[in-house]
Amino acid sequence: MVAYIIRRIGYGFLTVLGVLFFLFILFFAVTDPDDIARKAVGERAPPEVYEQWKRNKGYDKPLFVNTEHGWLSGGRYTDTLLVDHYTRMLTFQFGQSDADDALISKRIREGAGPSLMLTVPLFLSGMAVAVMVSLFVSFFRETYIDRMALVLCMLAMSVTILLYIIGGQYLIGKVLHWFPISGFDPDPTIVYKFLLLPILVGLVNGLGADVRFYRTVFVEETTKDYVRTARAKGAGEIRVMGNHVLRNALIPILTQIVVAIPFLFTGSLLLESFFGIPGLGSLTIDAIFGNDFATLRTMVYIGALLFVTGQILTDISYTLADPRIRLE
Amino acid sequence: MNELLLDVQNLRTSFPSAAGRVAVVEDISFQIHKGEVLALVGESGCGKSISAMSIMRLVPKPGRVETSARIFFQGRNLLDLDVPDMRKVRGGEIGMIFQEPMSSLNPVQTVGAQVVEAIQLHEKATAAAARDRTVALFKRVGIPDPEQRFDAFPHQLSGGLKQRVVIAMAIAMRPKMLIADEPTTALDVTIQAQIIDLLRELQEELETGILLITHDLAVVNELADRIAVMYAGRLVETAPRQELFENASHPYTQGLLQAIPGLAKKGERLHEIQGVVPPPQEWPVGCRFSSRCPIRLAHCADQPAPEIERSPGHISFCHALEKEAVA
Ligand SMILES: Nc1ncnc2c1ncn2[C@@H]1O[C@H](COP(=O)(O)OP(=O)(O)O)[C@@H](O)[C@H]1O
Ligand SMILES: [Mg+2]
Repeated sequence: MVAYIIRRIGYGFLTVLGVLFFLFILFFAVTDPDDIARKAVGERAPPEVYEQWKRNKGYDKPLFVNTEHGWLSGGRYTDTLLVDHYTRMLTFQFGQSDADDALISKRIREGAGPSLMLTVPLFLSGMAVAVMVSLFVSFFRETYIDRMALVLCMLAMSVTILLYIIGGQYLIGKVLHWFPISGFDPDPTIVYKFLLLPILVGLVNGLGADVRFYRTVFVEETTKDYVRTARAKGAGEIRVMGNHVLRNALIPILTQIVVAIPFLFTGSLLLESFFGIPGLGSLTIDAIFGNDFATLRTMVYIGALLFVTGQILTDISYTLADPRIRLE
Repeated sequence: MNELLLDVQNLRTSFPSAAGRVAVVEDISFQIHKGEVLALVGESGCGKSISAMSIMRLVPKPGRVETSARIFFQGRNLLDLDVPDMRKVRGGEIGMIFQEPMSSLNPVQTVGAQVVEAIQLHEKATAAAARDRTVALFKRVGIPDPEQRFDAFPHQLSGGLKQRVVIAMAIAMRPKMLIADEPTTALDVTIQAQIIDLLRELQEELETGILLITHDLAVVNELADRIAVMYAGRLVETAPRQELFENASHPYTQGLLQAIPGLAKKGERLHEIQGVVPPPQEWPVGCRFSSRCPIRLAHCADQPAPEIERSPGHISFCHALEKEAVA
């Protein structure tokens, strides 16, 4: 088990190195630093300003081979953008934003809090509601309650999230005046006012698909032989569902959700930008629109790290939920 | 005769199909006395499992036991019980053993915990007491190292051991009756014999009545007091074991007997009944065996077969026998 996890982490590290190379090609070879500099200082800026900007940001080195160093000098291959890129990313020294001079790592630290405040409650409540609704629905499988629920799920799924956002903002913010339409204030006594609406919207948006998925898993599980055995020894329906079925259904459900856990950290692009929450989702959107390649590169890199982490966590959670699985 | 334990009258269980509800079990009646073993025999798909599940009231939805049926167990009609009372009967008074030991245990729970649950569902036993009883049960059903096996997961046990766990679970509350639905079909031949021996021992020790479901007449020979033969959702013949083996009167039963290697007389070729059991939608209105019957008469397919008493306790449903009886 430990050996397996160490090996998985090793593979994960190699994957991240590969992603970093891909990012390098994308951000330095396809979009070369000259483009970035021109966008940052403006097309008409004099050459000195432009060269100065590149030097400040560390974009003035060659990509792979630095010919300023002699043939036998180590710097010929290390004093390059490629090596700088890897060292910065792997040591988490992300440097400054391209758009302004703020430190990217500071931005990330500031954005993580609001993102987590939005995504963690959304994730937990979404899972709890979906599991309860689908347990209920599969308890009444093949009845009109079940069919009604499926129709509602399909309806909920076919409506775009934009409609939920606009509808929610209109109804709850404008008509009922319960919560502000958007904005954020980290003061713990009032922060919930800004979070409830986006959480509600996220919940409604994800519920249809989640209930359908969980229901399929539960209903499939209730046809298994061991469920019949449990009933034959006198277990009631609630015990059958809550004890036997739920524990077994956990196995397929875990794969679905554990991989998502690390991404709670990166926030939600849509919800954050629509509700003005200054989290990492907003940070990414701003980086895209502001030609802030340094921040964008960092966010993609962090996403890859989290993805690899999610995969490893999924494997581990499998062994915890299913005694038949032993990782070798 | 011992006291009557189970009295099934006109059992009828149906499933919806494109052509309306189809009864996959129809007009089945039989009785089991205290300590008696009744074997329900028939080819795959003839409705044996559905009959058993009907008694337990565990027919999978949308299947339904018609309320015209009556299932008296120790004098009470099980079909009239409310849900909590029925739950007490399941596992408490009627234990059940299934065909597929591979899948009939919960894969994520230890086998010990599953037997403990069977005990604690029916009485307030402390965890320690229930554990001790489970270990004792494991020992009784012949599981080696019962203490260690208590904490094993199903996948860590062989098919035979799993079936012993299922048996331990079924007898945990010392039920008056056991329903064993093809308990040995999925097992190796040597293991089959051991499980049959175990069932016989337990039956004598606990004096339980057993409804033994099987498609294998060899198993029946070892264990059964009486035999009921089913074909396509109906009973065709029922008789004490000896009587049935020696004087089978229904052409279907005769065909089954001729297909058993050990029982065919010397020099006689092993014989197979032609054709297969048709699906429920295609069952004839009359005698259901008529489409495959070697001695079919003109009216067999149109009129339900009459009930003919061949000798006390030996009943056969067959038009051909009626003619013989009259003649
Ligand atoms: N869940 C179900 N839905 C519809 N039909 C079923 C279902 N289960 C069993 N049947 C039908 O009932 C008949 C009897 O099945 P079963 O009792 O399992 O047979 P056996 O145990 O004798 O092999 C079969 O013809 C089968 O098609
Ligand atoms: Mg069966």
